[in-house]
Amino acid sequence: MEMPGPEKVEDIEIRLLLEALYHQYHYDFRNYAMASVKRRLKQAREQLGFSTISALQEKVLHDPSMLPRLLGFLTVQVSEMFRDPSYFKAIREQVIPHLGTYPSLKVWVAGCSAGEELYSLVILFREEGLEERTLFYATDINQDALRMAEAGIYSLDRIQQFTENHRRSGGKSSLSDYYTAAYGHASFDKSLRQRVVFSDHSLVTDAVFAEMHLISCRNVMIYFDRPLQDRAIGLFKESLTRKGFLGLGAKENLRFSAHSSAFNDFVREEKIYQRCAT
Amino acid sequence: MSDVPEKAVVIGASAGALEALSVILPQLPADVTPPVMIVVHVPPDKRSVLSELFQAKCRVAVLEAEDKEPIRSGTVYFAPPDYHLLVETNGLLSLSSDEPVLFSRPSIDVLFESAADAYGAGLTAVVLSGANQDGAQGLASVVEAGGTAIVQDPDTAFASAMPQAAVAMCPTALIMSLEEIATYLQKARSA
Ligand SMILES: C[S@@+](CC[C@H](N)C(=O)[O-])C[C@H]1O[C@@H](n2cnc3c(N)ncnc32)[C@H](O)[C@@H]1O
Repeated sequence: MEMPGPEKVEDIEIRLLLEALYHQYHYDFRNYAMASVKRRLKQAREQLGFSTISALQEKVLHDPSMLPRLLGFLTVQVSEMFRDPSYFKAIREQVIPHLGTYPSLKVWVAGCSAGEELYSLVILFREEGLEERTLFYATDINQDALRMAEAGIYSLDRIQQFTENHRRSGGKSSLSDYYTAAYGHASFDKSLRQRVVFSDHSLVTDAVFAEMHLISCRNVMIYFDRPLQDRAIGLFKESLTRKGFLGLGAKENLRFSAHSSAFNDFVREEKIYQRCAT
Repeated sequence: MSDVPEKAVVIGASAGALEALSVILPQLPADVTPPVMIVVHVPPDKRSVLSELFQAKCRVAVLEAEDKEPIRSGTVYFAPPDYHLLVETNGLLSLSSDEPVLFSRPSIDVLFESAADAYGAGLTAVVLSGANQDGAQGLASVVEAGGTAIVQDPDTAFASAMPQAAVAMCPTALIMSLEEIATYLQKARSA
């Protein structure tokens, strides 16, 4: 590492901007993994046309309409339907048989982005005959993403990938059964949203809100530093019913977490964990 | 922070990566070698065999990088397929699924820029064979932060576009053959 010397000016500016966002708007990025935050803030500065991060800070403090634009940079909205098909295959083949023993179910998709992961799970639950007894919660901190999730409209050029993923996840129907295509867009059927509650919820600053049987939180905690990852995992622990399931992203795990003893590996390769019975 | 290595090496390679890395990595001595982070352009949905392949040939430990893993000397870290690999300033590695950069995820530029920020003058960055432009921008950040830039001689590279782009962007970079790069890195120490 570089010898501790004077902090770089841009690092100071970034720290101050994150403080400003927290104090003014209660968005707390202060404990996100900084290398990525820095990269994205530099992009924001350039693309929004500011000469310094401090100038960007002044703008966002005094002009709330800048906030969603900045959040668009600070939150990463990369997703796919049935992303990592083997994860959904494992949910289908190994988790669903357990969930089928409950008369009613709650599923939480935390950090749902524009809804890709949510619709994947709703379709999977429908295919497996569990949709009718399930209530889905889809949460995110990005309002624009939540609005897109509620609309369920995706560019047609993404559909081929979604369809291939769905097939590889063991899909029992055709993805085209669930959307209508028009003008370059695929619009997913509103019946898929009947049992979904969309809401603004932060894994950093908000609390438990219901008792869940399955929580899927993929590629969200990867943006947090370790203590923050642990906060989120604690939240999942509190939110899960005994023997409930937690699914993480392909590169996320509980190994370093203080809460790891509260979970067992359920499908190890797919990062699916089960909350212990005690 | 005596337990955190003060120096590090980053390497970027694309087409021709296997051949090039096969010359360099097996020559690295165990223990004393600074941490080495490597981005190779690999297809997104294949499980990568790079770390296993090279572990069998190397004296240094060779791993696929994990999120928030502490960076250790004597260890080579490969970016996993479909994730960017970044270096944090607190001695940890991070993965991210940000958008591809120049159609690449992992991206050499993303690794180099974050490592330049974390290691400054303690960083050595190497651009090897490849058929695109990735790495050039990142190498410029390394130079700007006072680090050492090395580019494989385009004439000897399996694919010359990537080293050529790097040299064009960083005219002060050292241009070396694979053997010279291997010898140079063999002598690098982590403190
Ligand atoms: C890379 S996307 C992951 C989307 C999807 N889960 C997947 O794996 O494809 C990360 C999402 O996490 C959201 N996010 C970031 N910080 C969050 C927080 N503190 N609480 C909840 N969601 C957050 C972002 O807005 C973004 O939609």
